[in-house]
Amino acid sequence: MAEPLIFDLNKDGRRGYALPALDVPALDPADHIPSRFLRQELPLPSLSELEVVRHFTRLSRLNHSVDIGFYPLGSCTMKYNPKVNENMARLPGFAHIHPQQPEETVQGALEMLKTLEDQLAEVTGMDAMTLQPAAGAHGEMTGLLIMKAYHKKQGNHKTKIMIPDSGHGTNPASCSMVGYEVINIKSDARGSIDIEDLKAKLSPDVAGLMITNPSTLGLFDENIGELASLIHSVDGLLYYDGANLNAIMGWTRPGDMGFDIVHLNLHKTFSTPHGGGGPGAGPVGVKKHLEAFLPNPRVVFDGKKYKLQTKCRESVGPVLGSVGNFLVLVRAFAYIMVNGREGLKNASAYAVLNANYMMARLKKTYHLPYDRFCKHEFVLSGKSLAQYGVKTLDVAKRLLDFGFHAPTIYFPMIVEESMMFEPTETESKGTLDCFMEAMEMIAREAAENPDNLKNAPLKTPVRRLDEATAARKPDINYFQRPE
Amino acid sequence: MATYIPTTPDELQEMLGAIGVKSIDDLFAEIPPELRLQGELNLPAGMSESEMARKVARLAETNETVDKNVCFLGGGAYDHIIPAVIDHILLRGDFFTAYTPYQPEVSQGTLQCIYEYQSLICGLTGMDQSNASLYEGATANVEAINMATAQTGRSKVLVLQTLNPEYRRVINTLNGALGVEIVTVPFEDGAVDPSRVQELMNDKIAAVVMQYPNFFGSIEDIERISEIAHAAGALSIVSANPIALGLIEAPGKLGADIVTGEGQPLGIPLSFGGPYLGFIAAKKALLRRMPGRIVGRTKDIDGKIGFVLTLQAREQHIRREKASSNICSNQALMALNATIYMSLLGRDGIKEVAYQSFQKAHYMKRELAKVEGVSFPFTGSFFHELVVKIPNARKVLGKMSKKGVFAGIPLDNWFTSLKDCVLIAVTEKRTKDEIDNYCNMLGGFING
Repeated sequence: MAEPLIFDLNKDGRRGYALPALDVPALDPADHIPSRFLRQELPLPSLSELEVVRHFTRLSRLNHSVDIGFYPLGSCTMKYNPKVNENMARLPGFAHIHPQQPEETVQGALEMLKTLEDQLAEVTGMDAMTLQPAAGAHGEMTGLLIMKAYHKKQGNHKTKIMIPDSGHGTNPASCSMVGYEVINIKSDARGSIDIEDLKAKLSPDVAGLMITNPSTLGLFDENIGELASLIHSVDGLLYYDGANLNAIMGWTRPGDMGFDIVHLNLHKTFSTPHGGGGPGAGPVGVKKHLEAFLPNPRVVFDGKKYKLQTKCRESVGPVLGSVGNFLVLVRAFAYIMVNGREGLKNASAYAVLNANYMMARLKKTYHLPYDRFCKHEFVLSGKSLAQYGVKTLDVAKRLLDFGFHAPTIYFPMIVEESMMFEPTETESKGTLDCFMEAMEMIAREAAENPDNLKNAPLKTPVRRLDEATAARKPDINYFQRPE
Repeated sequence: MATYIPTTPDELQEMLGAIGVKSIDDLFAEIPPELRLQGELNLPAGMSESEMARKVARLAETNETVDKNVCFLGGGAYDHIIPAVIDHILLRGDFFTAYTPYQPEVSQGTLQCIYEYQSLICGLTGMDQSNASLYEGATANVEAINMATAQTGRSKVLVLQTLNPEYRRVINTLNGALGVEIVTVPFEDGAVDPSRVQELMNDKIAAVVMQYPNFFGSIEDIERISEIAHAAGALSIVSANPIALGLIEAPGKLGADIVTGEGQPLGIPLSFGGPYLGFIAAKKALLRRMPGRIVGRTKDIDGKIGFVLTLQAREQHIRREKASSNICSNQALMALNATIYMSLLGRDGIKEVAYQSFQKAHYMKRELAKVEGVSFPFTGSFFHELVVKIPNARKVLGKMSKKGVFAGIPLDNWFTSLKDCVLIAVTEKRTKDEIDNYCNMLGGFING
């Protein structure tokens, strides 16, 4: 039976939580607030504590998660989220401090921030960082604002940003948010950026080139040095989308490849949990010549005390109402501390090993569009199953029946019927083997009993959902359900 | 110490063999030598979990907490009582180690929670629809302004000076970057006189952005200001404190077109500023302009009720540069936090948190009035936050902090006209003793 909605569990008069009794003399609010501003109705449910606990516990059991099983979602880096980091984020000295407390009472918090900034700058080869952006997309927007500020100061008239056709959808959306026009650059036969296409489209009004390396195909672009020179030749800036940093930590650094701006996704590379879709953190790093444009406040150390500096004349300004998603940052800080320099390098080493191990076997069963060593992820095409009337979507749904999460599907868009796998370093060979057996069994099923795939999933809490009706007649608020 | 990698040396050899290489290094061979990192990262060596935990705990202990001190700080983040139940549920790996519900068949837990969250936010704000949440309170206004400019085709907004000054700065950064012209409407007596909005209103204005209760704790006349906005074809955007809405009327009933806010008061720890929860809810006509994720209820092929991400044609992964926003994620876990809080406290509980906060703030004002030298620059109605003028305020605040009382936020941080004025927040968590002690201590420092 489906779990009822919280509203359907309502019982007027029930209480789930008792506050301490009011210990000051009470006034009549009607004497102090004009009556038109006094609340009339408050349509919230009333439940007991146990009912609330059971409701959400039951709901939790309907989710797949990293703690339950393999989650090879490409470009999302669903690695293990160490439990101890949750403890660190719940230390009262971090969780129970107010953002407006006097600076002398939060020195430890500021020290943590400064240390993490320095560590992330080292990992990426950048000169300065801001930890303020709350997510990758937010980091992108921040990085692009910095780019804009730089060009303004240079007196450059720049209106366009180049993005490869394999780029994340967020990239062009972020460009629009800051008022840049997007130029799409093609990929070549090896899955790298087509340099000739880039050269043909390069002009003085190009503000920058925004790429991931390795790309969303999981492939390292060896031409990155030349790309950097090209973009710098028009005083453009090279922007690094850090979604794929888990492939290269300790092996190479965006800063050394010629990137000027980097954003990271701490919820990917640095193991902070995805939380069902957030909160994340999207720090941004820059080279020296862009440091002055970083958002404020900046954390500074004057030799004795840590301070939040708000007066930074050239800063693009704050991009969030606080110093950042602080407790997410604490988790990343703990992760870096445990791993250290060797551990981070190993994380990337084994992430790349696992991806290549899977790719080497699965390419025998599924089409591999770019047959070369991958980095932390790789992309297969499900097009060979089309002869049985089976789509990539069906493969994804069938995987759910085996207790696995599906890969990222239909992205990147340059590969037909694409499936993007990212195993991460924290999965064992045994898990990868089981998963690949399932992938192979599914390929056999496609030929022998395609309906099994088209009807999948069969064993999940619900089966395929009617998304068309959901969009046509939106039922998104319990209080206003369509007829 | 790479304790999170399970691969044994034997397995490593087998895997390398299957790939057809001798070592992991071979898999990185395509990185041009001149781009490879020479040597190691300049970071400390790794350590065990217990060593790390000890070091991090030591660092955390150097901070002064609101547990050991008494917190009268607000300004957008409030020290409310947080029920124990919440964290136990948040710590279920099924919630916090899941990702975005891309495969709805195995994400019904997250999806139903978001549907409930959206509905609770609608109920609280009196609006027709909510998204699945945004980063936090400041950026929620940025998204609301983007909606308003897109909807009206106008590029100028009026922002009341009584909107949280940190939010105003973020609006300047982010909306300013898109060429939105931001006009600030000044306050008098702790709130904005609607006639000032009327004077600045014209058919170039996309929206008026206001806060309710406003940054000073005063109850802004959002009803009258919304009327003025509507008469000129502009939208009314209200940034509301969700707890206050247990006592004061829903903005949806007072003319708001978009309600945003900071969800931190709904059971989220202070956390030095984040992660918090941005909420945004709007009237029906604005549905296709909403940023970020939205969850809808539907049925599966067996006719069973289920939930999905819906109306995705607005979003970046489909629309790319034409998306309504670049937002990908939401703050799902913080939305869950708020959902559990609202469910547990329930209708009567939220009302009581609001009622007690109101009562204690008003008690505090009466007690402060008895302290010689203290005065109140503003006279209007307020909820649980008030502005107090204290001689040599910064010095006094410093002394009180040393005695374990975070006594308020100095307003001259942002308002040069408010020298020696302090913003004080009083929640249901404060006790009569703490308030009395505050007033005694304050009297001692002012007059001692």
